[in-house]
This record gives sequence, structure tokens and C-alpha cells, in this order.
Amino acid sequence: MKRETGQVMLEIRGLHASVEGNEILKGVDLTVHVGEVHAIMGPNGSGKSTLAQVLAGHPAYQVTAGTARYLGTDLLGLKPEERAREGVFLAFQYPVAIRGITNSYFLRSAVNALRKHQGLPELDPLDFLQVLEEKLKAIGWDDTMLNRAVNEGFSGGEKKRNEILQLAVLEPTLAILDETDSGLDIDALKTVADAVNKLRRPDRSFVIVTHYQRLLNYIIPDHVHVLVGGRIVKSGGKALALELEEKGYDWVKPEGAGAAT
Amino acid sequence: MTAHFVDQYKAFAANGGGGAPAWLRDLREGAIARFAAAGFPSTRQEQWRFTNVRPVAETPFTLSGGRWDLGRVPAGALVTTLGEALHRWPDLVRAHLGRYASVDANPFTALATAFLAEGVFVHIPARTVIAEPIALTYRPPSPPPAPSGGGRPMTHPRVLVVLEREAQAKLVESYEGEPHGVSLTNAVTEIVLGDAARLDHCRVQREGEQGYHFATTQSHQARDSRLVFTTIALGSGLSRHDINGVLDGTGAYLILNGLSVLAGSQHVDHHTTIDHAQPHCESHEYFNGVFDGASRGVFNGRIIVRPGAQRTDSKQTNNNLLLSDGARADSQPQLEIYADDVKCTHGSTVGPLDQTALFYLRSRGLGLAAARGLLTYGFGAEILDRVAIPGTRERLDHLVRTRLGVGDEIGRAA
Repeated sequence: MKRETGQVMLEIRGLHASVEGNEILKGVDLTVHVGEVHAIMGPNGSGKSTLAQVLAGHPAYQVTAGTARYLGTDLLGLKPEERAREGVFLAFQYPVAIRGITNSYFLRSAVNALRKHQGLPELDPLDFLQVLEEKLKAIGWDDTMLNRAVNEGFSGGEKKRNEILQLAVLEPTLAILDETDSGLDIDALKTVADAVNKLRRPDRSFVIVTHYQRLLNYIIPDHVHVLVGGRIVKSGGKALALELEEKGYDWVKPEGAGAAT
Repeated sequence: MTAHFVDQYKAFAANGGGGAPAWLRDLREGAIARFAAAGFPSTRQEQWRFTNVRPVAETPFTLSGGRWDLGRVPAGALVTTLGEALHRWPDLVRAHLGRYASVDANPFTALATAFLAEGVFVHIPARTVIAEPIALTYRPPSPPPAPSGGGRPMTHPRVLVVLEREAQAKLVESYEGEPHGVSLTNAVTEIVLGDAARLDHCRVQREGEQGYHFATTQSHQARDSRLVFTTIALGSGLSRHDINGVLDGTGAYLILNGLSVLAGSQHVDHHTTIDHAQPHCESHEYFNGVFDGASRGVFNGRIIVRPGAQRTDSKQTNNNLLLSDGARADSQPQLEIYADDVKCTHGSTVGPLDQTALFYLRSRGLGLAAARGLLTYGFGAEILDRVAIPGTRERLDHLVRTRLGVGDEIGRAA
């Protein structure tokens, strides 16, 4: 699919979503162009993580109204694996441990699933190791996590790093980072942010979901949106994040519905 | 039907019981008396609550003989039949045989000891290191084709493994059976490790799915010894395996791994007891079960820390994956701690494939079938990865894949 700067990558219109009968998203509108970095901020329970999960296709969430188009196709009509193969990636807030499966095998399986979809030959373990080393070098990391079971016994920081490693290896077109900064100390945060910055490209877009402005000191967004009560109530440039940090979320709340741009 | 088994014993004893020495005949007499007094256990007994042995008790089994294949014996190791060992090394055998597996703890152990005749003796002399794995394979006799009048065979294979001080060995003990027909295998293995001895021991049970498999593995460890025991249960219709380890010297180390992969109407019951009798010992227990169809798994993990066994470090984990609504698993930890300076942890899970994990894998591009296969295989691989016997992990990997219906394309990086 052709991707040029200025082209719309993700277009969300009037998105409503529920989990177990509770409506969490109540009409989200968001447009992300190719190459842009968007930050979604908001208080706890505002629906930030729900939005990320819905975009990745988590089966526990029901979309009850609205649309989400990704590079012109109906994203919501695709299965989670189809979205991944089309280039959508979600860095999980709570990465899942997979017992008995090494990280390197897991990564190779994922890469080969994408390659198969692209009509490319699958990589054998040796070829894959070479690819992996290049990707690691690109973000300046070592390979200490590769021979351990996926996220099994990983520290909070290691789990988040592992998500970014997957991002680097899978090379998505649209990367959604769900609270990647939560639980990280300042050194780990810098390490992760530094890697993400190295992965920024003119033809790749990021949606960064975060509760705190802290991460945005290191990953500078093009646009900042405030999600409150399942709607985007305010949008602005990177300065908005600083304003939120200073004043908290309360001052944007009263504007409520209708403030979305 | 206890009487039938006692009658079988009388006939066996009257035939001379294989020309056994007096002490062995006494051992058998004591064991059959114990069995006759206890009878077959009932589900009203706590230790047998989930496993009903009535089908075994009510089958008029006929004492039979199976076949041991001792493979290639590595230089430096003594691997021979119990019969020959009794003849050539009577004192050595007498010093250990039947000394560890108590006939009081389990009526099946008593029954097996009453019929003690066929078996294998493995002896590794002090300071001898055997790198090549020792392979013992047992095959019960083929059951007669049903519904012929012939009795259904029962056998009581016995294994005695003795590693003298600072000896090292690797051992694979396999039980393989016919895919069809009813038979009873009632096995007892005793493992004795001297000071600083090291044994990697893997036990594989893949008998026919109409068969009954009962077993006791009893280990006894002296100071600074190390035992890694892994049991893989794939076969048998109804199986019960008691694994009892006694850490009887300071610094002893025991790793107990188990993997059960069952389907259909199979039933497996693992009762493990780790007895920390001395201070500064460490035990780690990891049991995984994968249950499909209407199969059922029982795990009871008992850990005893004796008075004075300070600085005990014990960890127990039991995870059960239910692949169908009809499958069931019961997990019971049982901690009895009589010392105060100890570290004991345990945890267990029972449930279907984790939906969040499935979504995680799918969100990385894996299809639903591949994601399910990978998660299921991981349950088995987690245990198989702990098998450090050359060639054995690969063989087991193939068996487990076949059992799980997971193709070669799903697995781990080379």
C-alpha cells in the first residue's frame, strides 16, 4: 500500500465501544496522517487503553457504532492477526507471559507470519538471527532476553523493552503504544523512548497512549489529544501536554462533549 | 477381590518365587500380609479421593512376566537383571532392595513388593561418571485378544538404582505397551544417591490406553547429592504414580518435573511427597498437565519439612491446561512445615487457554490455530526443556507434539 506524507493513515469517526455491556468509548474522532506522532492523554478510566485495544481488535470489546479506516480499508472488519499483517502494532500495557516458548522463536513466528502474508519466503533460525542482530543494533540493544520464555519472569522494564523490540523487528506502519511508560524508572524510560525515536520514520505513524506527560519529554508528539469520558475533548500541539502536566485533567473536563476538534 | 490377588501370590510363592533368598521371601511375605490387611484403597481414603481403583480390584488378573530391554550398557556402569544381581551381588542388592519404598504407604507398593521378582539393577560405583545415558525400556506382555477366556496380565516390574558417593549418571526409564487390551503394570523404582552423587532421571509412560499403570518412585538422597527426576505421562487409561523423595543429608537438591498429556477418557493421578529431613536442602517441583476430551488429571503435592530442617528452600508449581469443557484437573498442595527458618512457596493454576495470551499472539500476526498450538505446545515445552539428557528431549518433543497434534512448524528456535 502506498504511503506518503500528508496521506491519511488512520481515520476514526464516531467510535463507540463497550466491554461487558459498559460503554467506554462514546464517540471518538481522530485523524492520523502518515508520519505523524499523536499522543492520547487522559485520566484513569477515560478509555485510552480501550481505544488502543479496540484498534488492535481485542475480542472482549464490542464496537457498537462508528468507523475506523486504516489506509482506506475498514480496520474494524479485520481479525487481530489480519490487522497485524497489514502493519498495525499494539505495544501492550501488560505484556503477556508465554510459558515454554522462547522470545526468539516467538519473534521469528511473528516475522514469518508477516512475510508469508507479503508473499516472501519464511526465515530459518539462522537467517532470522542475522535480521534480529541488525534490528538490535539499530536501536542499540543487546540480546539478553532472546533465549528466555516470552515475558516469563521479566521485570516490568524488561517487558516494556520487549514490546519495543517486537516493534523494531515487526516494522509496523501504525504503532500504538499503550502506556509504555507506566512502571518504568527514568533510565528505563529514556532507553525505551530513545529506541522509539530511532524507529520514527516518515512513512510510519505512532499513537502514544499515556497518562503522564513525562514520556513526551523524550518522544515529541506532533499532536496531543485529551480523552475524557470516552471522547476526545481537546486537541492541540505538544504544548498541550505541558499544560496538562501543570493543571491536571480537571480543567478540560467541564467542556465535555462538543470540544473535540 | 483382595483374595484373588492373595491367591495369585500363594501360587507364586509355592512355585518357589524364582528361587529367591530367604530375606527376599520374608520381604514378600511381609508385603502380602500388609496388602491383605489393607486391601485395595477406596475413594473414601483421602489419598485416593479422586482415583477409583475398583476396576483394577475387580479384574481377575493373572501374574505374568514382561520384557526389559536394557539397551547398550555404558562402560563403567552395572546394568543387569535383578535375578542376576541377586545371584552375583547379593549383599549389595540386599542392602537397598525394598528398604526405601514402604509397603505401608500404598497397597500397590505392597502388592508389587509381594511379587518382587523381575526387574533391573543399576549400580554406579563411587566416583564413576557415566556420560552416556542408560536406557531401560519395559514392555508388559500383550493381553490376550478379548473376549477370550485368558486372564489379563499383571506384572510388577522393579528397578533399583544405586549411585555410590560422587557417582554421576543419566537414566531413561520407559514403559511402553500395546495400544489395545487390558493389563496391569504395577511398577516400583527405588533410587539411592550417595554423598554428592548426581542423577538425571527421566521416566516415560506410554502404555496402551486401556491399560492400568500404577507406580511408586522412591528416592533417597544423601548429603550434597543432586537428583533431577522428570516424569512424562502420555499413556494408560488409568494411572497413578506416587513419587516420594527423601532429602536425608544436608545440601541435597531435588528437582521434580512432570508433564501429563492426556485425551479421551484417560486419567492420571500424581501424588508427590518431598520429605525435607535435613537442613539446607532444596527442592523444586514443576508439574504441567494438558487435558483434552474427557480426560482428568490429579496432582497432590505434599512437602514435609521435618523439625530441625532449617534453611529448607522448596518451591512447587502445578499448571493445568484444559483443552475441552469435558476435561478436568484437581490440584492440591499439602505443606507440613515443622521448622521455622524455611522458604516454601507453591502455586497452581487450572483453566483453558488464556484469552489474553491468544490475543497477544494474534496481535503479532499469528492465526488463531497457530496461536492455540503455540500456547499448548509451550505447556509441554516448559517441562521438556528441563530434560538435560542428550537425545531424550528431542525424542520426547516428537512424542508430545504427536500427542498434542502440534506440527513440526510450531516449536522453538533451533
